[in-house]
Amino acid sequence: MNGGPVARPDNMTKENGAAGPQGNKRGNNLAVPGDDLGDSEGFEPGHGVLVMSGRLKALKKGRIMEKGRLISVEPVHTRYTPRPGDLVIGFIEGCTNNLWFVELGAPFNAILPMSLGPGKVDFGGTRSLMDVGDAILCRVQEVEETHSSVVTMKGMGLRKIRSGVIEEIDPHLLGRIIGKGGETLRRMKAETECRIVVADNGRMWIDGELDGILDVRNRLSEISRVSRGGRN
Amino acid sequence: MGGYGDVQMIDENGVRADGRGPGDIRPITIETGVVPVADGSCRMTWGTNEAIVAVYGPMEAHPRKIQRQDRAVLDVAYNMAPFSTTDRMRPGFNRRSREVSKVTQDALESVVLLELYPRSKIRISIEIVSAEAGTRCVGLTAASVALADAGIPMTDLVVSVASGKINDVVVCDLNKEEDNYGEADLPMGILPNSGELVFLQMDGDLSQDEFKQAWKYNMDAAQEIHKLMVEALKEGDSQ
Repeated sequence: MNGGPVARPDNMTKENGAAGPQGNKRGNNLAVPGDDLGDSEGFEPGHGVLVMSGRLKALKKGRIMEKGRLISVEPVHTRYTPRPGDLVIGFIEGCTNNLWFVELGAPFNAILPMSLGPGKVDFGGTRSLMDVGDAILCRVQEVEETHSSVVTMKGMGLRKIRSGVIEEIDPHLLGRIIGKGGETLRRMKAETECRIVVADNGRMWIDGELDGILDVRNRLSEISRVSRGGRN
Repeated sequence: MGGYGDVQMIDENGVRADGRGPGDIRPITIETGVVPVADGSCRMTWGTNEAIVAVYGPMEAHPRKIQRQDRAVLDVAYNMAPFSTTDRMRPGFNRRSREVSKVTQDALESVVLLELYPRSKIRISIEIVSAEAGTRCVGLTAASVALADAGIPMTDLVVSVASGKINDVVVCDLNKEEDNYGEADLPMGILPNSGELVFLQMDGDLSQDEFKQAWKYNMDAAQEIHKLMVEALKEGDSQ
């Protein structure tokens, strides 16, 4: 034998391998801010990693990911930050004569100019198309360095949301809802007979029969509860 | 500081009134995610001190005049609950809480990567639920855990701990009696990975040797507390 530690029924800990081989995957290692991730020689610092005097340093609480030479820390919990191309659900929070302000759950409101809106109306007629409080499905067009972003409604399936409900979950739980290759989400859609659109900012549009919608909501709150370690 | 008193708080064997040795700290528990609506939160008990910290943000800074075009601003509010001490605290801000908020903010500004969030604000509310002695240390330490819990990028956690002098002996982590009747108090904010200082205050007088001893006690205690902080942060998301 190779002399490695063996887990016996009376001695079951993660350290001696009781958790199985998946416990040793690098992706499951958690880092906290300030953690030393080793020499920076030969590695590229990715998201959540900084090089300080030749050492890689974690900046966030998250899982350590290694992709070739790129080392990054995927945060366990974070606010949504818009990235170009993201599909998002936003609420109209204000309008001027020729543009709308859209709330995305990010630090700053996005701008939706008339030219990228759902249709053309006269100058000053923005509220006749979409009013304050309306929900829209849109896509992030561009994000500036100062974090102000522009969203667009020109594209396949982008529209004002007129039916169904919108649920909000922490953006970092999206992976759990979608599952590998979308398997979990597909199963949830089939079992509840609901139409579900998952947006990148942690909002979901659920449309269907009332029973189905309630079923989806219960499942979502269960996922949130489990992710908090059973606390609520 | 009460100045030199005749209260005997440490015996000739170096055992203090509560049974600790000179370099021992009070028991500490740390828990994250205690405020569900906040982006990050932490409850820390340290002896009979207890602090709850909630972090919100980054979000758009309001009013606009406080915005900085090149970095985020921190908004730290340290507050003691009216029921946190035996004498009722008058609710609201006072001179002391403003001072503690300010030094906590300065300490945290040196670790948070503010330049990643221009025009934003990060709000940190420190609420002292039960106060014994060293609440600014509890508040600062818990705030750094809550910031990490909120996923805000920082170069390091901050551990804050105080040492002081009682009956001419340097001891670590003063309790209420030692703080009130002792001769000096030296709270420090330490970055545990690099050993750098982000916060240092001194109340009372220490000789050079005493200062060095207090420094050493704080540095050693910081490593001990840092382990608990890391454990608490990792445990909160073990699933």
